[in-house]
Amino acid sequence: MAKYGKDPRAIGGLVRDAEVHRDVYVDPEVFDLEMEHLFPNSWIYVGHASQLSKAGDFITANIGRQPVVASRHTDGSIHLFYNRCPHKGVKIASEPCGNTGKFFRCPYHAWSFKTDGSLLAIPLKKGYEGTGFTDTQANDGLSRIKNVVVYRDFIFARLSENGVGFEDYFGESLSTIDNMVDRSPEGKLAIEATPIRYMHTCNWKMLVENQTDTCHPMVAHESSAGTAIKVWQREQGDSKETPMAVQLYGPFMSPYEFYEQSGIRIWPNGHGHTGVANSIHSNYSDVEGYLGQMVAAYGEKRAHEILGEVRHNTVYFPNIMVKGAVQILRNFIPIAVDRTLVESWVYRLVGAPEKLYERALMYNRFINAPTSIVGHDDLEMYERAQEGLKTNGNQWVNLRRLYERGEEPDVTAVINGTSERQMRNQFHAWAKYMTMDMDQPVEAAE
Amino acid sequence: MISEKTITDFIYREADLLDTMQWQAWLDLFHPEGRYWMPLEWQQQDPVLQPSLMYEDLLLMKVRIERLAGERTFSQKPKSRCHHLLQAPQILVCDPAAGVFKARTSFLYTETRGDALERFSGWASHDLVQVGDELKIRLKRIDLVNFDAPFGNIQLFM
Ligand code: FES
Ligand SMILES: [Fe+2]
Repeated sequence: MAKYGKDPRAIGGLVRDAEVHRDVYVDPEVFDLEMEHLFPNSWIYVGHASQLSKAGDFITANIGRQPVVASRHTDGSIHLFYNRCPHKGVKIASEPCGNTGKFFRCPYHAWSFKTDGSLLAIPLKKGYEGTGFTDTQANDGLSRIKNVVVYRDFIFARLSENGVGFEDYFGESLSTIDNMVDRSPEGKLAIEATPIRYMHTCNWKMLVENQTDTCHPMVAHESSAGTAIKVWQREQGDSKETPMAVQLYGPFMSPYEFYEQSGIRIWPNGHGHTGVANSIHSNYSDVEGYLGQMVAAYGEKRAHEILGEVRHNTVYFPNIMVKGAVQILRNFIPIAVDRTLVESWVYRLVGAPEKLYERALMYNRFINAPTSIVGHDDLEMYERAQEGLKTNGNQWVNLRRLYERGEEPDVTAVINGTSERQMRNQFHAWAKYMTMDMDQPVEAAE
Repeated sequence: MISEKTITDFIYREADLLDTMQWQAWLDLFHPEGRYWMPLEWQQQDPVLQPSLMYEDLLLMKVRIERLAGERTFSQKPKSRCHHLLQAPQILVCDPAAGVFKARTSFLYTETRGDALERFSGWASHDLVQVGDELKIRLKRIDLVNFDAPFGNIQLFM
């Protein structure tokens, strides 16, 4: 029985000021509505332009449940289509990435399409003469997604024809992407390898919330980070330098006071980041030669400004997290209400020392891999929550830490770093983007 | 004198120590500079500048093993268990004079926890060196046949 249907009031009722109903995590109907409304109404990360460096290069992705393919056209432009042949629906690209040459050719009946999606040729074309073919959607070739923005090489798309524009949607939150790109002395990032993929048996939003959950590391990761510190203290002997590995694990055990003072910044539309004043990434040892390169490229003042901004996790609503200081993007790809594919990508800072790439790759496998002990700690919590939320005794999830009555939604603010306000911010955006294409959107009802 | 049989026996014993969770005895099989590597790419060459699932030295392996027994290691409540099914190792190099010993072993690996069971297949490559009259692991490399698939938790050693 449909409980929520297309009823904006019922959907809005799932989100209170500082609580959310468990159905947002466990109800398959809510998940279906997210795929039909939330994801199409939002700007979703598709990939990075460095994955499409040559004409004919393509990548495939999913926006919510919709398979898409992005390609680099002969004139250098980037195009995005739904990944199906207009003839009988066969997927036009089946690999995560590749080069299709001058055109896409469907493997079933050999219809072909230019890399801007337009129909190039059909074998035995005569057979369509006088059939009215030219009046069908198939005649236009691959179905295009019009709302595509490439921002400093990051490709985002919005499936809905109408909605909030890119600039309004992201606003100042783009400063985290800016900072990550600026960390390259050439102002350029490159993806050079496949992501680490990790299947999670939990709802995608648990992962997103966890990115700004600063009260869990010292508790949930005592087992991994805490043990790493303990073993190192015992085994270090008289070595002076802390190994890169211990530098990466150690800060997870920082006390509450550290996270409190480091702060959280929230932005409109559900974006926000931890680590405003400083972060767990602040005290890594310097990499030889890097500062010199940065000063040469940007000048003394600007170089220090860029490197002094060491944000922790930036959530781009709805489903990615960017870590500028270690050049990682995590994509939380919803598969089912209780299944999420996490792809963690590393960008290489073009022109920067290799050591930085080595560190980013190391961080990624320590924290984001199915073999990562930090990952094991987190997934265990998500799985237990996915199970626990089925209980009926209390149907609400509590997000009240440092809540203030009358909290304004959709503002920019810097707050205490242990606040759960970014989670409240996300859920405010969630209700808005779930319902904005329904008859009585939640925003208007307020 | 190290023979092909010494290498084969060593590899069987190594898997047996993992299956019976004799972690300290297993760690003792490694050379002090030994590494455990799980690549993430086909025929991967570089463990450091290409992404890997694991590339760990003794310090990191010790962290893993101590964590498994930790009072607050919730992902080990209940505990995982594992089983290695090995094909006869293929000896690639057995050169006692040069002190170089290499083998490649096809395996099926099962890891269970609670009611869940996951199965993996691939190849284990052993680079061994002679220390005194014993063999030690310089590198244990695990290439999964589906290294690029999205796995759930893998908490023990293959
Ligand atoms: S399905 Fe693609 S050409 Fe027929
Ligand atoms: Fe965590």
